[in-house]
Amino acid sequence: MGFSVLYMSLLVLIPLSTLGLCAGRLSWEELYQTFTAPRTLAAYRLSLGGALIAAAVNTVFGLLIAWVLVRYRFPGRRLLDTLVDLPFALPTAVAGISLTAIYAPTGVLGGLLDRVGIQAAYSPLGIIIAMAFVSLPFVIRTTQPVLQDIDRDVEEAAATLGANRLQAFVRVILPAILPAVLAGFAMAFARAVGEYGSVVFISGNMPGRTEIVPLLIMTRLEEYNYAGATAVALALLVLSFVMLLVINLLQAWARRSAPV
Amino acid sequence: MTTIIADAKFADATRGTAVQQSSAFVRWALVLTAVAFLGLMLIVPLVIVFFSAFEKGWQTTVAALTHADARAAIRLTVLTVAIAVPLNVVFGVAVAWALTKFRLRGKSILVTLIDLPFSVSPVIAGMVFILLFGARGLLGPWLGERDIQIIFAWPGIALATMFVTLPFVARELIPLMQAQGREDEEAAISLGAGGWQTFFRVTLPNIKWGLAYGTILCTARALGEFGAVSVVSGHIRGETNTLPLHVEILYNEYQFAAAFSVAGLLVGIALLTIAAKSVVEWRLQKSVRGNADGVPAAQKPSERSGSERWASR
Repeated sequence: MGFSVLYMSLLVLIPLSTLGLCAGRLSWEELYQTFTAPRTLAAYRLSLGGALIAAAVNTVFGLLIAWVLVRYRFPGRRLLDTLVDLPFALPTAVAGISLTAIYAPTGVLGGLLDRVGIQAAYSPLGIIIAMAFVSLPFVIRTTQPVLQDIDRDVEEAAATLGANRLQAFVRVILPAILPAVLAGFAMAFARAVGEYGSVVFISGNMPGRTEIVPLLIMTRLEEYNYAGATAVALALLVLSFVMLLVINLLQAWARRSAPV
Repeated sequence: MTTIIADAKFADATRGTAVQQSSAFVRWALVLTAVAFLGLMLIVPLVIVFFSAFEKGWQTTVAALTHADARAAIRLTVLTVAIAVPLNVVFGVAVAWALTKFRLRGKSILVTLIDLPFSVSPVIAGMVFILLFGARGLLGPWLGERDIQIIFAWPGIALATMFVTLPFVARELIPLMQAQGREDEEAAISLGAGGWQTFFRVTLPNIKWGLAYGTILCTARALGEFGAVSVVSGHIRGETNTLPLHVEILYNEYQFAAAFSVAGLLVGIALLTIAAKSVVEWRLQKSVRGNADGVPAAQKPSERSGSERWASR
């Protein structure tokens, strides 16, 4: 026990509190200036907005995919189920260059989109695609086991009471899986906000337009502007603490309402 | 008992298909949408990597993989994995053991803190080590006097990797060991086994598949970590570049075929990882089922798909 706490403290807690310490050295004036600088605000708007859209897209499709994988039997189902984990196993830099190759104007899909006037790579859309890729498995993997455990009797009861399929889904199944789906959404959002590797290639990195928060921190570090980097990172770190808390609460809720 | 549960489930499933099935049209529409989405998001990027890797002929691919810088990157990546994975495995086992076999104060806080590296942005994970050990960091001057270099050298890369991969093994083992309870250990001790003996002869065999599972995930992430390592590495060719950083450099130098060749190697490892993961997951579910006979399926947290826990990061 002592060893575990020591190891955690040395590796995680002390380094993270260094950031707090460095932020403590900054004056309120400095912090306020950094936060309200147009470049910082634009980066936060892009990171938060992009992550919200990516997590929302993944929630809709994740729910659908979890449903299909649990309820239907079709050739290739097991392979598809295994493949869902790919974004967790694939290094983010590889995902980044591959997505850029696809969605760049010279790429397979980028070319098609370009012809209808949509710029995918080097625009906010490309950032959302990369964020959606890395956070794709979360909703599927949180929803699948709960869906599996739902007793078919409840659905049958709904059917005998005259509910159609859609009513049974919305009134019976959805309430049961809602905590798990929300937990998946929160995890996807938390992952997408902090993502760096896959986004940095496809985003084009134009300050104020396609610059995400982690990249802005990186730029400040490369300029040896540690104070600036700390100020920008502080809000992102606070956000991850909040997300950690939210995810924990949602998971506790999911456990309590798990169908037995 | 298990067979009865299995049979009951089977009966349930068949009854379900008879009474509760969506119309064929809806079913096919949903399956096709799922396949199309996953195909677009997952399979197309995979195909593109291999296609681009061999675009200039296989000689370019081989040359890219055997280049001196590539070999240096492979060596550094292997070194990083060799440092980070064993340490995090020991930590994972120790923390799971402490949390599940003893009653402790502040348990839930510790469990929550273990997850912290998953929710912190990788860039911040790397940055805190610069603030601590960098030339102008808190300990920088002290380290400088003693000529110890951590940032822009392999120790920093190893530290950043350890930070981001810390939770994998612990997260995997805590629910598993919680489900298994303490009875086996108590029996061993009452039969006169010592602490270490109990651990190696009773606990370790019980958790071996969970441990394998966590180690696979930890290794995959340690191999592929980009953001955190990128911050502390300094990008010195042939010296402080891991494989993912090498991919980045080649790509930024417009050596696309070479970049995708190295990326192809990483994709191969990723595919092996998810294949190994499926096999271990299957064994894990079997071992839990065998262990906890008589407990209704839904009450055993570990029987839920292991991926769910992987997703909980």
